[in-house]
Amino acid sequence: MGRYVARRLLQMIPVFIGATLLIFLMVNVMGDPVAGLCGDRQCDPATAAQLRREFGLDKPVWEQYLTYMGNVFTGDFGTAFNGQPVTELMGSAFPVTIRLTIVAVLFEIVIGITLGVLTGLRRGRPVDTSVLLVTLVVISVPTFVTGLLLQLLLGVEWGWIRPSVSPEARFGELIVPGLVLASVSLAYVTRLTRTSLAENKRSDYVRTATAKGLPRHRVVTRHLLRNSLIPVVTFIGTDVGALMGGAIVTERIFNIHGVGYQLYQGILRQNTQTVVGFVTVLVLVFLLANLLVDLLYAVLDPRIRYA
Amino acid sequence: MRTATHAKWVACAAAAALAATACGGGGDGGGTDGGAVLSSSWGDPQNPLEPANTNEVQGGKVLDMIFRGLKRYDPETGEARDMLAEKIETTDSRTFTITVKDGWTFSNGEKVTAQSFVDAWNYGASLKNNQRNAYFFAYIEGYDKVHPEQGRQSADTLSGLKVTGERTFTVRLTQKFSTFPDTLGYNAYVPLPRAFFDDHDAWLAKPVGNGPYTVRSYTRGSQMSLRAREDYPGPDKARNGGVDLKVYTDNNTAYTDLMAGNLDLVDDVPAAQLRNVRGDLGDRYLNTPAGILQTLAFPYYDRAWGKDGMDKVRRGLSMAIDREQITETIFHKTRTPATDWTSPVLGEDGGYRAGLCGDACAYKPEEARRLIREGGGLPGGQVKITYNADTGSHKEWVDAVCNSVNNALGNDRACVGNPVGTFADFRKQITDRKMSGPFRAGWQMDYPLIQNFLQPLYYTNASSNDGKWSSAQFDERVDEANAETDTAKAVEKFQRAEEVVRDEMAAIPLWYQNGSAGYSERLSNVKLNPFSVPVYDQITVG
Repeated sequence: MGRYVARRLLQMIPVFIGATLLIFLMVNVMGDPVAGLCGDRQCDPATAAQLRREFGLDKPVWEQYLTYMGNVFTGDFGTAFNGQPVTELMGSAFPVTIRLTIVAVLFEIVIGITLGVLTGLRRGRPVDTSVLLVTLVVISVPTFVTGLLLQLLLGVEWGWIRPSVSPEARFGELIVPGLVLASVSLAYVTRLTRTSLAENKRSDYVRTATAKGLPRHRVVTRHLLRNSLIPVVTFIGTDVGALMGGAIVTERIFNIHGVGYQLYQGILRQNTQTVVGFVTVLVLVFLLANLLVDLLYAVLDPRIRYA
Repeated sequence: MRTATHAKWVACAAAAALAATACGGGGDGGGTDGGAVLSSSWGDPQNPLEPANTNEVQGGKVLDMIFRGLKRYDPETGEARDMLAEKIETTDSRTFTITVKDGWTFSNGEKVTAQSFVDAWNYGASLKNNQRNAYFFAYIEGYDKVHPEQGRQSADTLSGLKVTGERTFTVRLTQKFSTFPDTLGYNAYVPLPRAFFDDHDAWLAKPVGNGPYTVRSYTRGSQMSLRAREDYPGPDKARNGGVDLKVYTDNNTAYTDLMAGNLDLVDDVPAAQLRNVRGDLGDRYLNTPAGILQTLAFPYYDRAWGKDGMDKVRRGLSMAIDREQITETIFHKTRTPATDWTSPVLGEDGGYRAGLCGDACAYKPEEARRLIREGGGLPGGQVKITYNADTGSHKEWVDAVCNSVNNALGNDRACVGNPVGTFADFRKQITDRKMSGPFRAGWQMDYPLIQNFLQPLYYTNASSNDGKWSSAQFDERVDEANAETDTAKAVEKFQRAEEVVRDEMAAIPLWYQNGSAGYSERLSNVKLNPFSVPVYDQITVG
């Protein structure tokens, strides 16, 4: 197990370097960020040159990348154009997005798996059909439509929630945005659980367990669900990274100052330091989430072992 | 019973939360009794919040609340009036003696002296401080030493600035500039306290100024709480307890918050809501002229656009644009068709002259066709209007302009839009002189003077002359106007310079832009100044 983890961690290094290099090049190709800093007017050449020097933009790209990576390893992610260190931006953005992601993943787990179990055990019944229909609708409606509709109905028409989230972004305020963010994945989790459960229901070990005379809930939770959850866990694990990086739409609608917002701003202002910094951290999150998923397999199914 | 108590508890918590936000976080309000606090939408300032470094509206909004300069532009008329200046005297329009009023202090208690101004201006001009607005000091003698075009600076202070007493200093300019005192209302010219220089980081984290508001707390990227200053010595004391500026990721969300009653003031009504804003807000929707003019600029460095006879083509293009229809259908009358190259906010006395453009700005499709044919036709048979697609919904109007041109010329391919992904890339292509046809140009005035609408845009090699237009006659008339000591005569001379711009159609004026705002029922006396920024200190709550 220890060796497996070590090997996986080592494999992360090339992935990490490759991903950051790609992002770095992509942001650089977009053009000269200093040109946009002075608004609808040309920066005077002296100030522009000075700014370029300060942000290291006057050096060749490979040198910029090497300096950047060197700094990253010492924990220095550079400075955003508004003079704030990128680490400070991360410090304010990541906690918010992590809270949002937690809410979303909780929704996926609780609602998604519950609905999946319900429908999987009652295949073909009205419950199954109606849940399938609802998930189909959720999957086909874009997130920003659900988001804006919920915001308008709950926030403006009925006044149950505040349409925008305060800068502190407490858990309570994140329930609706979290639900919106989770909605599509939630539907997938439901469908995945349902199929996987329905498949395993007919397997030998379930029949044996039932034949042994075990109570039904024990058969379902201990034997059936545990094996059926493997694809679901894989999905949720990879989804954590996707939720954190892909929350741009939801964050914009509900005015959440998280990772999505910072990335959006960074791209608009062509701020290499911000974009690369945030993406670097997101890559790490993604890699770690994947590792965690692989480790969870062993817990769920003892037959899957890592030497 | 249990559910009931539970519900009650939730209601109490909600009420407490509401009360807390209503009094802006509660607690130490600094003892102000000027009234309640209002909340207003805000955007994250792009640059560090320093007076000479702020060149966009969002940062300027804050500076306008926490600072007062020598002059201040009247929120209604845009006229420059003395604020901290007791008197500004000159005999030759080149050397100015400025006397600062007595009794002004920064909110940390420090006195505002002549030195506070001179230090601030030297800081703003100095190359090593990277101030985006440094060029505002370019008229002052010694600027070329402090801010050379190339290489290192050879001086740290402007030789043209001299402190002559506690409250007096002199400014010597490199050329005659009669309207110079009227430019001093701009944010870049405000005084700075010693704290700014002594502990710069601390100042940036919580700016200290001499205006009617003080910064109580500032969380970058999300909120700034400003409170009315009790010991404010000026005549324009805040009529409310303070303002909470809240950063919104999207102005649609801000508008939704206003509708839900969580926000008091939105100073940028999203384009998508313009259709129903009247119904939603009624009288609480403001749509007033601002000093912003949209034009189409041309790349004169491109041989095809710089050659003789092209002025006819440009005039023809201008006549092919149906401004009335576009401002009505696309902008819902938040813009007004332009008929000169300035802005109505200047007023007749300030140099605005309605109809100066004449027929060239009227929709005349037949004449447009004739002029373009006479001028040798469109270069390459097609014009491409370049714009940035990331902000400001430019796509809609560019497409509309092209439609109008295509219709007028009876040619589907006469005009197409050419979107550029980001603003920074758009600006880069302009600075690199890569434009091959007309491009979007917007001009937001720095100060309400006709000079500001002409000189930076059309003077040879001026800072914002993006098309590199050049006319000896225009330059000459601007120089003459600047040398004129009598303001009325100076304005007249600037208008004569504007006539050169018109005769050559240096840039096609499109429309004057209005500022728009919406506010909640709690507020009254909401107004927008000529810069389309709300006049916060006059707003009353309740």
